[in-house]
Amino acid sequence: MILKGKVFKFGDDISTDLIAPGRYFHLRSNLPEMAKHVLEDADTTFASKVQKGDFVVGGENFGLGSSREHAPTIIKLAGVSAVLAKSFARIFYRNAINVGLPALICDTDKISGGDELEVDLEKGEIKDLTNGVVLKFAPLPKAMIHILNDGGLIDHIQKHGDFKLD
Amino acid sequence: MGKTLAEKIIGKHAGKEVSAGEIVVVPVDVCLMQDGTAPLAIRQLQKINLEKAANPKRTVLFLDHAAPSPRKELSNDHITIRKFAEKTGCKISDVGMGICHQVIFEQYLNPGEILIGADSHTCTGGAMAAFSTGMGSTDVAIGIALGKTWFRVPETFKIEVTGQFQPGVYSKDLILYLIGLIGADGATYKSLEFTGDTIDNMSISSRMTLSNMAIESGAKAGLIQSDKKTKEFLQKWGRVSKYKELKGDEDAVFEKVIKIDASRLAPTVSFPHTVDNTKPINESLEIKIDQVFLGTCTNGRLEDIEIACQIIKGRKKNPKTRFIVVPASKSVFLDAMSKGYIKQLVEFGAAVLAPGCGPCVGVHEGILGDGENCISTQNRNFKGRMGNPDAFIYLASPATAVAAAVAGEIVDPREFIAKKKPKGRKVKTARRKRK
Ligand code: SF4
Repeated sequence: MILKGKVFKFGDDISTDLIAPGRYFHLRSNLPEMAKHVLEDADTTFASKVQKGDFVVGGENFGLGSSREHAPTIIKLAGVSAVLAKSFARIFYRNAINVGLPALICDTDKISGGDELEVDLEKGEIKDLTNGVVLKFAPLPKAMIHILNDGGLIDHIQKHGDFKLD
Repeated sequence: MGKTLAEKIIGKHAGKEVSAGEIVVVPVDVCLMQDGTAPLAIRQLQKINLEKAANPKRTVLFLDHAAPSPRKELSNDHITIRKFAEKTGCKISDVGMGICHQVIFEQYLNPGEILIGADSHTCTGGAMAAFSTGMGSTDVAIGIALGKTWFRVPETFKIEVTGQFQPGVYSKDLILYLIGLIGADGATYKSLEFTGDTIDNMSISSRMTLSNMAIESGAKAGLIQSDKKTKEFLQKWGRVSKYKELKGDEDAVFEKVIKIDASRLAPTVSFPHTVDNTKPINESLEIKIDQVFLGTCTNGRLEDIEIACQIIKGRKKNPKTRFIVVPASKSVFLDAMSKGYIKQLVEFGAAVLAPGCGPCVGVHEGILGDGENCISTQNRNFKGRMGNPDAFIYLASPATAVAAAVAGEIVDPREFIAKKKPKGRKVKTARRKRK
């Protein structure tokens, strides 16, 4: 699958508190509403500017903090097609795959805010159409490829009735 | 070749020898969810008609993060959770019973078991020599329904701690120091295994503080062997028959060994807005404090309240500083009451709230104002954590936090405990370095 869109660039240590602030706790059963506040404490204008297909690009340790799956879920609901970072916090990474949001590890220093990207999930390649840079991203662990290909963990279990990871 | 504690517990469940790096599907013994994560998990199960629990008696749903509920939306989430429990036979730990990690530890978890929880601080259970880890709602939902989950067996960092703490220095200072040393992503995907005589001599409560904060270094688990103290704890809670002695082998393969001399540690403070932004107390002084918060799954236990009472004894609260105390569980609350601590705290001027998460996650009960500083015994100080992105959170031990309720600013708690400030002692400091 080829993903295409514009980059919204963030720094290191984007926590789940920045992505899905606790003060919107009461919106956890109203995720489309919560998605209007996605990443608000990192960039107040992000939610109003992001368009379908765009990319969230972070630095080190993206998604650190709580286990709230609402964080990748509202990023996805906002229309983001993939999150790119130098590294991810463990729970966020697993959650992202579970909800069907690709989380790709690459050297994001070479990508700037506003750049147009083309991401080929099968080939493991990111093309920055603005500056011509081509990046490779580390392949996902095999177990996660199975889950992501099925569309997330819920669809995976519905399809197989059990974990089918090898 | 020996095995780490993580490999032993996961291997036992997988029914074969396992080593770091392997992917395994294993049965889970105990599952937990809380009011912030359970509604999403329940909706996921409803989506595929899988509203059931493989092991309902050991699946516990906690109403602790928004308890008592401050808004109708959250009250309605509570209804969703209660209905699911009724339908599936899962247990409910309702408003006032306490924080999930504390209650699961007191009443459910045993050495050698696997606990998965839809809350990142589920790693607290590592202090029971149980493989306990936090996951998202969907992972835990499937774990509850099928009674199993998948793991990649983690590599282990051995954290070897020796020596005695100075008076006024606690396990919280040790874990803050460690996180400052290795960084907020220093142990991502790894298991921490705490060993050494400092750990052997530590109470179960103090060990829980270490395991609780393993996630703040990115770790998947923070494991501690079971021993005499674990056995006594289980005895107190009426399930000593579940005791099992478990520890990692000396000759296991550790990815890294980190040695710490506890006697050289100083009270340590995490500065806003990351946990690994730590400084020793002498570089943290004279910061004005508007609110002190004693509580949470990190430091809301009886020994923490006891330390607070030592600090406030015979002293007055600073009139410009608010002080909020939240016992971690009903049991902690009752013990603190019968020992007279609650009376002492209330007389001092503390607002004592119902057992639960309290103001920790910015949902209710103590949201900070613009520009305000809070010193808290919790585990996270991310921007916006306590409900306001324009406020500042400092993390510290109960002693350091409560001393600020007296002084109105950050002070060295050793002055309150030892009367005299220890001088001429070289203390270690840790600053994070990015690789
Ligand atoms: S006390 Fe704080 S860190 Fe612990 S479970 Fe509650 S909200 Fe999470």
